[in-house]
Amino acid sequence: MIDIGLGHYLTLSAIIFTIGIIGIFLNRKNIIVILMSIELILLAVNINLVSFSIFLDDLTGQVFTLFILTVAAAEAAIGLAIIVVYYRNAGTIRVEEINKLKG
Amino acid sequence: MAHAIFFYIFSAIAIISAIMVTASKNTVHSVFFLILDFISISCLFIMIGAEFLGMIMLIVYVGAVAVLFLFVVMMLNVAQQTNQWFLSSQSSGHIPIGLIISAIIFFELIIVIGGWKYKPNLLEKINTQTQESISNTHSLGQVLYTEYIHVFQISGMILLVAMIGAIVLTFRQRDGVKKQSYIKQISRERAEGVQVLDVESNKGVSIDD
Repeated sequence: MIDIGLGHYLTLSAIIFTIGIIGIFLNRKNIIVILMSIELILLAVNINLVSFSIFLDDLTGQVFTLFILTVAAAEAAIGLAIIVVYYRNAGTIRVEEINKLKG
Repeated sequence: MAHAIFFYIFSAIAIISAIMVTASKNTVHSVFFLILDFISISCLFIMIGAEFLGMIMLIVYVGAVAVLFLFVVMMLNVAQQTNQWFLSSQSSGHIPIGLIISAIIFFELIIVIGGWKYKPNLLEKINTQTQESISNTHSLGQVLYTEYIHVFQISGMILLVAMIGAIVLTFRQRDGVKKQSYIKQISRERAEGVQVLDVESNKGVSIDD
């Protein structure tokens, strides 16, 4: 309990990952919250990589965290742009009302 | 001891704010809880010795991504929509399935964390060992610009593509806006701009347009 090891950090990241997945599944509000849940999931992955990198004394994990950060920023920018365009066309971004692809 | 106390404080803040991101009624509050989550996780990173990544997390996520989210929430005027997490009766069938799948994923992760062992020759395979004498930022830079230079440049390309994509997606040509047209200005000839008239005295000239 007192001695903080790798397992503590991995458990924290597992909890945050699961919260992100719950946020994607149970969301009834708008797509922006789903994007934020994806950011949470990427954050959990980053915690995993950084804690392994620190506890194994290997820098590769931190380098890859940097690249995940880049991809997450790009993904947030593109996703928000798509949301803005969709809102302009459809007038809503509520999850329940986005069903145009349903056929 | 101090490490343990700070770890539990920051991780408790991180978990609670992650729950509030998904559960809070107001989207603006969700964005603020996301910021709090990133701040506490970057404090954890700084605490275990990845200072550069902690600071980069603060700059990139809190300074750029969260502000982008806030900007979009403000622009789309969705902040006041009421939360209907469990209220909507006609479409609540997904809730137990979602909870079951999340629980399964969580327990799988916990089983993996509890049950794995290192390979015996793992520590010999590590090639980019950290050195005690130089700082975290210094050693990251030494690896990033030599071994991972191609990946680094590809990530720059990803950012460029994201920027161009966001601009192309949200660009809109508006009608009815009076704008300067350079090509029209430059390609104007003297003949269509100037007219030489013989003006009779006491009559004047009527200019159309």
